[in-house]
Amino acid sequence: MQNQFPVLELIVRNHPGVMSHVCGLFARRAFNVEGIVCLPISGSEQSRIWLQVQAGDQLEQMIRQLEKLEDVISVLKPDLDSDTFDRLPAMFKHQTRTVAPGSTSVV
Amino acid sequence: MATSATVLPQTRRISGAQLIVHLLERQGITMISGIPGGTVLPLYDALSESSIRHVLARHEQGAGFIAQGMARTSGKAAVCVACSGPGATNLVTAIADARMDSVPLVCITGQVPRAMIGTDAFQEVDTYGLSIPVTKHNYLVREIADLPRVIDEAFSIAELGRPGPVWIDVPKDVQSAELDYDDVAYLIERPALPEISSQSILDAAAMINAAERPILYVGGGATNAVEQVRELAEHGHLPATMTLNGLGILPADHPRSLGMLGMHGARSTNLIMNEADLLVVLGARFDDRAIGLAEKFCPNASIIHVDIDRAEIGKIRQPHIAIQGDVGEVLTRLLPRITSDGREEWLAAVSDMQTQFPDHRPGIEDPLTHFGVIRAVAKCVDGSEIITTDVGQHQMWVAQSYPFNRPGQWLTSGGLGTMGFGLPAAVGAALAEPSRKVLCFSGDGSLMMNIQEMATAAENDLDVKIILMNNRALGLVHQQQSMFYRENVYGATYLQKTDFLAIAAGFGLDTCDLNAAEDPETALKAAIDKPGPCLIHIFTNPEEKVYPMVPAGAANTHMLGE
Repeated sequence: MQNQFPVLELIVRNHPGVMSHVCGLFARRAFNVEGIVCLPISGSEQSRIWLQVQAGDQLEQMIRQLEKLEDVISVLKPDLDSDTFDRLPAMFKHQTRTVAPGSTSVV
Repeated sequence: MATSATVLPQTRRISGAQLIVHLLERQGITMISGIPGGTVLPLYDALSESSIRHVLARHEQGAGFIAQGMARTSGKAAVCVACSGPGATNLVTAIADARMDSVPLVCITGQVPRAMIGTDAFQEVDTYGLSIPVTKHNYLVREIADLPRVIDEAFSIAELGRPGPVWIDVPKDVQSAELDYDDVAYLIERPALPEISSQSILDAAAMINAAERPILYVGGGATNAVEQVRELAEHGHLPATMTLNGLGILPADHPRSLGMLGMHGARSTNLIMNEADLLVVLGARFDDRAIGLAEKFCPNASIIHVDIDRAEIGKIRQPHIAIQGDVGEVLTRLLPRITSDGREEWLAAVSDMQTQFPDHRPGIEDPLTHFGVIRAVAKCVDGSEIITTDVGQHQMWVAQSYPFNRPGQWLTSGGLGTMGFGLPAAVGAALAEPSRKVLCFSGDGSLMMNIQEMATAAENDLDVKIILMNNRALGLVHQQQSMFYRENVYGATYLQKTDFLAIAAGFGLDTCDLNAAEDPETALKAAIDKPGPCLIHIFTNPEEKVYPMVPAGAANTHMLGE
C-alpha cells in the first residue's frame, strides 16, 4: 500500500535562512507539509531536514522546486517506517512544560 | 572573463565596502543604479573612489528597473543598490518583476549593523525574509570574509541556467569592517545540467518529422537561440508563434511567424493552434495569458517541451517528450535530424486562416490614433532602436503591431505586469546602449507610477523618447469593467486633467504635442530625430479596446471583439 504521507530527506547548507527558504517554498506553491524535523550533520556545515508531505500528483513538482533552491544540496525519498513521525510526540512528551500566557519572569 | 579594474597589491587591508566595489569591478561592472541612505554610506564612500559609474535614480523601484533595462539589453547581470528599510521594500517590485521574466540582476542593500538586527532599529526590515519569494537566491552577509564567495556566487547564480535576480543584504558594520585581502578569484563550482539524452533528441526529431500540423511555441527562453529557431522554422516548415517576451526572436515579417498567441494574440494564431497535432515548446512556460484555459489549449497536439528549468516541464501540461537543456544546444543537436517535408497542406491551411481572420488595425493610417502612432513611430526609425513599454492597452497594441526584428529590441514587463516599468527600463537601456534610440511607449496611468525617472533621463541626457498615449484612464481596467462588469467603470478614470507636457518640461525634457502639431508625422519625426530625452504626447480614446480578447479563464478559441 502506498504511504499517504511519504517523507523527503533534504541535505541543506546549514545557515539561519535555510528553513525560511524551504517553508516559504511550500507555502508559496500551496503544497502541504505535515511534519518537519531538522538536525545538523555533525562535523559538517550541512543539516538534514526530513519533511513529511502528502502523497499525490504534486510530489514530483515539489521535489523539482526543492532541487532548485540553491541551499538544498540533495533531495532523497528514503524508505522510512511510515510511523517515524508518529512516534516523535512520545519522545518529547516527558520534557513538555506548560507556559501560561501572560506569565512573567523576574530577572 | 572577470577583469580587475582596481589593481590591488597582493595583500592589503581593505574595508568590506572597498571589497564589494573591487569584486563588482572584477565582474566587469562599469555602471550601477541606486539611491544612497544611512546603511549603505560606507559602500557609497568606496564607490566614489572607483571606476564604476553610479546612476542616481529618484526612487529605488526606478533603480531596480534601470538595472533591468541594462540587463535585458545586454543579457548580463546588472547591479542596483539601495539602503535598508524603505530602500529595500521599494526595490521589491522591480526584483519580483525580474524573477518572473528571468532577468539577471544582483541587488545590494545595506542593513542595520549586526548587533542591532532584530531590535526593530531605525530603517530595519527583514530584507532576507522579504526577498526569499521574489529572488532566485539571496544572502545576508554576516562576515566580511564571506563577501568574495557571496558576490562571485551571486553573479554566477544570476546568469547561469535560468537567469534571475540575486539579493545581497550587507549590514553596515560588515561594510566598514576590515580584513587582509588576497585578490584571488573564488572558484564557483556550479552543478552541470544533466546531459541531454541522445534518445530524447531522436524521439523529438521523429515526432516533428511525422507531424502533419506542427507549431513552434517560442518564449523568452529561446532568446539566445535566434539562428536555431529560424532554421527550424524554415528548414522544417514549422509555423512559429511567440509569447510576449519571445517577440522578435523571429522577425515580425518572417513568413513562418504567426506573431503573438494568447489573450490578446492574433485571432488566426489562436485558431491555428487549435488545429495543431504537435506543439514544440521552446523556452516557454505555458503562462495563463498565453495559453488560456490549460486543458483546452492545443487539445489535439502532442507536446515536446524544451526548457532549461526542469520545474517548468510538466508544471502546467505534461509533455510527451521532455528535454531539459538550453534551447540553443538542444536545437543544434536536433536540426540535422529534421527532414524537410514541404508541409504544403498545413502551410496552406495556416495561410487560409490568416486570410480569413486578418488582424484589425483600425485607424492605422492616422498618426493621431493608437495604432496609427505606433506605425508612425516605427516609420521614423531604422530597426536599430530599442522599444520599452509600460503595462496596459498601449503595451498590447505595441506587442500586436510593432515590427520587432530581433530579441533584446523589446523590453516589457510580462510575467508580473508592472505598471511603471517602461520609463526606468528605457533609462537603463539607453545607459547600456548609448548609440541606440530608446522609445518608451506608455500610458498615463503607468507613466505616473515612475514619472520621477524623467529627472534621471534628463540628468544623464539620454536619448529616450516617451510616447505617451493619454486616455485619462486606466485603459485595460476600463476595458474589462466595460466588457465584464456591466459597463460599470469605477475607479478607472482620472478626473484631474494632468498636464504631462508641463510636467515633462519641468523635469527638463523636450516635449512634442502631436495633437497640436500642424503635421503630426513631421513633428513626430523631428522629435524622435533630435537627440536627448523627449515626451511625445497624444490623446487617445478611453473607449478603445484591445481586441481580440480571451476572457480570463476561457479557452483561447473563445475570443471577443472584432
